[in-house]
Amino acid sequence: MNAVTPWEPDAPIALLRRRAELLHRVRAFFLDRGLLEVETPYLSSAAATDPALESLRAAAPGGGAPVYLHTSPEFPMKRLLAAGSGPIWQICRVFRGGESGRLHNPEFSMLEWYRPDWDHHRLMAEVAELLQVVVGAREVRIRSYAELFAPLDIDPHEASSGRIAAAAARRGVEAPPGLDRDGLLDLLLSHVLAPDLGRTGALDFVHGFPASQASLARLEPGEPPIARRFECFLEGMEVANGYHELADAGEQRQRFEADLALRRARGVPVVPVDERLLAALAHGLPDCAGVAVGLDRLFMVALGATWLRQVMAFSFARS
Amino acid sequence: MCVAIVTDARYPVSCLPWAGEWRAIDVFRYDACAQFPEEVVMASYSTSEFKSGLKIMMDGDPYTIVENEFVKPGKGQAFNRVKVRNLKTGKVIDRTFKSGDSVEAADVMETDLQYLYSDGEFWHFMNPETFDQVAASASAVGDAAKWLKEQDLCKLTLWDGVPLQVEPPNFVELTVTETDPGLRGDTSSGGNKPATLETGAVVRVPLFVEEGEVLKIDTRTGEYVSRVK
Repeated sequence: MNAVTPWEPDAPIALLRRRAELLHRVRAFFLDRGLLEVETPYLSSAAATDPALESLRAAAPGGGAPVYLHTSPEFPMKRLLAAGSGPIWQICRVFRGGESGRLHNPEFSMLEWYRPDWDHHRLMAEVAELLQVVVGAREVRIRSYAELFAPLDIDPHEASSGRIAAAAARRGVEAPPGLDRDGLLDLLLSHVLAPDLGRTGALDFVHGFPASQASLARLEPGEPPIARRFECFLEGMEVANGYHELADAGEQRQRFEADLALRRARGVPVVPVDERLLAALAHGLPDCAGVAVGLDRLFMVALGATWLRQVMAFSFARS
Repeated sequence: MCVAIVTDARYPVSCLPWAGEWRAIDVFRYDACAQFPEEVVMASYSTSEFKSGLKIMMDGDPYTIVENEFVKPGKGQAFNRVKVRNLKTGKVIDRTFKSGDSVEAADVMETDLQYLYSDGEFWHFMNPETFDQVAASASAVGDAAKWLKEQDLCKLTLWDGVPLQVEPPNFVELTVTETDPGLRGDTSSGGNKPATLETGAVVRVPLFVEEGEVLKIDTRTGEYVSRVK
C-alpha cells in the first residue's frame, strides 16, 4: 500500500471556526476604539539586529542583495507613527528562523499596536483588557522584574553571574556553559519563574527590565537605570512584549551597532540596519507605547490546546 | 581507545572497504582506519537536530533523548531543555543546552543479533551475517533473559560494540515444561493457570494447555497468545 502524503490541516475545521471567532473579537476591540488598521511589508531590505532573532532570507525580486522576512512589523509601523498616523494596529504573520517546538513555529500570527502619548503602564492596562476579551476574565497582577526575582534571593540588576547561576542550581537547573549575565537571567526566567506565571486564573505582567535587556524600550534614568519594557505571561507562556518606545535616533543607532558587535562576537550573521527607521526617528517619533502579542498562544489558552500547532491550520511541518 | 565515525559524504558508506552488513553508519576503532585519517571526525549534533531517540554523549556516558523542549524568551537566549536517559543505568535526568550548541554523538547503534547461549555470567549473541559475537552482561539483558531462546533474533543496543540493552523478539515460541494437568475438551472457559516455560518464565495460560505443548507468547506484555501447532 502506498503511503499517502499527509495533506490534512493540523487543527480540525471546527476548531478553526472558533479561532476565526476569536480573531473577530480582536478586530472588533480595535475597531471600537478607533485605531487605524495598517498593513506593512513582510519583506524588507533591512532586518532585526537583535542577536536572539534570526531573520529568514529570501532572494530579492529581480536579483541583487537578499531581502529579509520581518520578525515583527515594528519598524515600518514606527515610520507610520512618525508620519502622523496616530494610533495604529495590525495582525500579520511574522517569521523567525530556528524557532520550532511545542510553543514555537517559524511563522506565527502577531498582533501589534501603538498608542501615541501613552506610556507602558497605561498600555499594560489596555493589553490586559484585550487579552481578557480572548481568554476570559483573569486576575491581573503587575510586578517589577526585580520583585519577580526577589523570592529567588536575587537582585537582577546587581547580582553577579555566579550568584544567578547558583540560584538556578538551587532550583535544579544547571546552567549550560558560555551564558552571559543576561543569558543566565533568561535561564532563571524561562526555566524557574515563567512556568508558574499566569496560572490559576491570573494574568501576570512584569515590567522594569534590566537596562541590558532594553531592546527598543527607553531607559528610565536612575541607579540602576531600568528599561521601560514589559512582558505578559499566561499559563506559563510569554504572550506579550511591549515598550515605552525609544525615540532617540542616536541611541537607537548605538543599540543597533551594539547588537551587530554581539552578532560578530557570537558568529551569527551581521544584518543590514534599518536606515529608514533611523531616518524616521531623526524626523521625530511621537512619544508612544507599543506592544506585540503572540495570537496563537492566546488561542491555545482560549481553546484548551497544549501545542501551538493544535490551533494552526497548517504548522510548519505541514506547510 | 578513541572511537570515530566516518561521516565524509564523499564516500557512501556502502563503498567503504570495511562496510559490512551493518549498514547505518559503521562504527569502528580509530586505528582500523589510519589509512584514511582525513576522513575521520567526531560526529556531533546541533541542538536543532535534537529529537527523541537521538543518542548523545554526556559526562562520558551514552544517553538517549527522551524529550526535547525548545524554550525561548521572545527577546532572549534560546534553550533546549531535554530529558535524557542514561543508557548504562536507565536513569532519566533533565539537562539544558544553549540553542545552537553542539554535543558529541554517542556511538550507539541498534542491531539484530542471534542469541546463542548463556554461560551463567554472560549471554552470547552472534551476527548471523558476519558471525561476529558479542557478550551481554546480566544488567544489559535484564528482564529479557526469561524470553531468550537459542537462535532467536534479538535487538541489541551496542555502545562502542558493547551491549547496553537487549530486546527480545515481540513474539517467542516456547515449550511448556510444567503445568497442572489440562482439562481436556475445555477450549472456551475463561479460567487460567500458571505454566512454566523452557526458559524458566512463568505465564498464565488457558486451562486446556498441557506440558510439552509449544506456546506463542507476547514478550511485551508477558501474555499467552496461542498454541503453536
